[in-house]
Amino acid sequence: MWNLWMLLKNSGFFASGPVQTALIVGTCAALVSAVIGVFTILRGDAFAGHALADVSSAGGAASFLLGINPLLGFLGMAWIAAFGMEFLGVRKVRERDLATGIVLGAGLGLSALFLYLDVTTTSTTGAAVSVMFGSMFSIPQSLIGPALTASAGVFLLVGLLYRPMMLTAVDPDLAAARGIPLRWIGLLQLLALGLAVAVCALAIGAVLATALLIGPAGAAIRLSRRPAQAICWAIAIGLTAVWGGIWMAYESYYWFSGNAWPVSFFVVTLVFLFYLAAVLVAKVAGLSARSKPVSWPHCEV
Amino acid sequence: MSDPILSVAHLSVDLGGRSILRDVSFDLYPGQLCALIGENGAGKTTLLRSLLGLTPIRAGQALMDGAPARQRRALVGYVPQKIAFDADIPLRTRDLVQLGLDGHRLGLPLFSGRKKALVDQALHAVGAEAFADQRVGELSGGQQQRAVIAHALVRKPRLLILDEPLANLDFGSANALVALLGRLTRTRQIAVLVTAHDMNPLLPVMDRLVYLVGGQAATGSVEEVVQPDVLSRLYGYPVTVLRHGRRILVLPDVAAEDAEAGTAAPVAHPEKAD
Amino acid sequence: MFSSFMINTWIAATAIAFVAAFIGFFVVVRRSAFAAHALPLGAFPGAAAANLLGIDPLIGLLVFVGMGVLLLRQLVRMGRRDVGTGLVLVLFLGVGALLLSMTSAYAPAVFSLLFGEVLGVSDADLWPILGICALVVTGIALYFRPLLLDSTFPDLAALQGIRAARMDLVFLTLLALVTATALPVVGAFLVFTLLVGPPAAAQALSGNPMRVLVLSVVFAEGCIWSAIALSYWTNWPIGFFVGTIGAGLFTVARSYRHWNQRQRNFVVL
Repeated sequence: MWNLWMLLKNSGFFASGPVQTALIVGTCAALVSAVIGVFTILRGDAFAGHALADVSSAGGAASFLLGINPLLGFLGMAWIAAFGMEFLGVRKVRERDLATGIVLGAGLGLSALFLYLDVTTTSTTGAAVSVMFGSMFSIPQSLIGPALTASAGVFLLVGLLYRPMMLTAVDPDLAAARGIPLRWIGLLQLLALGLAVAVCALAIGAVLATALLIGPAGAAIRLSRRPAQAICWAIAIGLTAVWGGIWMAYESYYWFSGNAWPVSFFVVTLVFLFYLAAVLVAKVAGLSARSKPVSWPHCEV
Repeated sequence: MSDPILSVAHLSVDLGGRSILRDVSFDLYPGQLCALIGENGAGKTTLLRSLLGLTPIRAGQALMDGAPARQRRALVGYVPQKIAFDADIPLRTRDLVQLGLDGHRLGLPLFSGRKKALVDQALHAVGAEAFADQRVGELSGGQQQRAVIAHALVRKPRLLILDEPLANLDFGSANALVALLGRLTRTRQIAVLVTAHDMNPLLPVMDRLVYLVGGQAATGSVEEVVQPDVLSRLYGYPVTVLRHGRRILVLPDVAAEDAEAGTAAPVAHPEKAD
Repeated sequence: MFSSFMINTWIAATAIAFVAAFIGFFVVVRRSAFAAHALPLGAFPGAAAANLLGIDPLIGLLVFVGMGVLLLRQLVRMGRRDVGTGLVLVLFLGVGALLLSMTSAYAPAVFSLLFGEVLGVSDADLWPILGICALVVTGIALYFRPLLLDSTFPDLAALQGIRAARMDLVFLTLLALVTATALPVVGAFLVFTLLVGPPAAAQALSGNPMRVLVLSVVFAEGCIWSAIALSYWTNWPIGFFVGTIGAGLFTVARSYRHWNQRQRNFVVL
């Protein structure tokens, strides 16, 4: 372990500016997605997270046109979409697949338009890549502050509302009986999810952000039935995937003689592998003897 | 009397290692209506499925017009229990019925006067002309059922099997359906096999009764089967049969219950509702 | 707009919209939105790989969409909204991103494969597209009735000897073929809208299956033609128009039906 550390230090890995930025933003993304991801999956909103992430791409693309920072763009769009979904009641089962797919198509079509305008009206090239698939090594240092702020926002929300959110996720009827305002909790949870979507989109792109949002949390829930433990697992998995991804992308420059592979690809693949591993471990350990953990009625994992 | 259209002899069926049906026998002739009565879990659906060749038979046989069901598919019309069409399905009643005629055919449907006439006849037989051009998903439960019956009838089957058609119907709709089934047996000489929990709605049109309890059956006419000794033997438990007008009620025998509970009173309590 | 280099686009798009309407009809009836969503994402890396290898994108698309069909059964068994399913789909996108990053024109390639490309249908491209479309139309025309019965009432279909597994395979195969041909034109993200929007709108307006089929074609062609024309005039990406027109069709038709049903409910009650 120590040798690896020395190796990294000597190779200039940590000295590199882009790597530092990537590590900070990536860490933020891993932490917030772990925290909010667990609650999102418990509530059965995994698909909503995916949809929000895809739609937020339009905001990210628009940010170049509006001259605001991309994080804000992702965030704005994610919140608009979140409120829209809540308002339209996308939770209704019938026609949900069709309607959500159509809305996603429209949102992505909008992204197409903004990205096109980015290329033609501003001097941004490669916007399509960085918005959709992320380019972690190209994140300007100026975005570190906003990313940290957004992450802090998520921690604050979750920290304040931990107990009500937990109860609402585990037993909404009991929560309602205790006088917890379900609608408000749901709304605040969506707000936090929007923040997480924005940070993850900044890190690995809007369309791939889903991997971080639901991957580590999904794997964690397979490994542990207690939310607090699941969050810890999710953090561990998320951080490993992100740091591992960054490191592998950095090294791939040397592996493939100058043709580095994208960070996002490594992160997504690592998350997927961790998920597979978690499924296998759970199966071996007999944890999935019950198809759903007893106390989590909405769990869709 | 001609040959039976349906002949079940010593039928035994297992599912998942458990014996569901044991030694069930009955015959059904054209123009007869046979009611298959039993509780949930008594084996009614399994019996129907084995008749249709959907569930393997362990012992005995079930023959339609002398051959196993799979070879006699054209003979049988089947109306399943669960009929739930999504409201948006692009299928009118008329279309559903026509698919009963040619649903299995390859190629695009070409217009045919003959087919249209058959469809119209089937619609008329069940009284579905009024909603023939409405979407099946927009029909009421009773109407959807009639649509499916028309779908089953359009190929002029000689045996019509209905699985719990009366469940979830209000009294009026149930009576209408029973009347329809009676008409079908009388005017078209179709043999009809109906399953139900409660035999009462079917009494006016019933010719034969198969009373199923725990996989075993007592078969015959209503008078033959609905007797305390026959049913007690079947249930393995003392039962009593109450008749109120034309209504029949099969209940556990109170005296036997009391004896079992050890509360047998020498004098019958007058207030005790019986 | 109708100059020689656009003619191919018009022909290809017309054919593609035609088959999209046919198969989309069944996507909506069978409620297979997930398949229609997943297959384009699965096919996407195929186009990227073909791009990288310098071979005909259609080959890459067909290979990957074929793998997608096989994978789909596994995913559906896992559960459509399962985390694992979502991760697999995102993984496909990630692989596609990787493959495209290795090509020389990363950003433009990403853009055209995700959001569609109006130009770029050469004569050589046209024949395979038309061939596949002809195959799909034949397939659907052939299996129309069994597929319709199986899609609406599988129990009754089984009694007529129509095997659900076979219908499923026919359906998925045809869907895969349409996905492969439609993806280069409308983009991986908008294949779903083209497949689902027009037929869903048509279904909201009529209960007669043949009429719905015809309406689906009308709407699909209308959608693709206006998208191409608008894209040509404004230079804006075709994906934007397909997405918005498709969504518009869907919303208007569904609202109309919703309103219609509420009226009828009052009368019936």
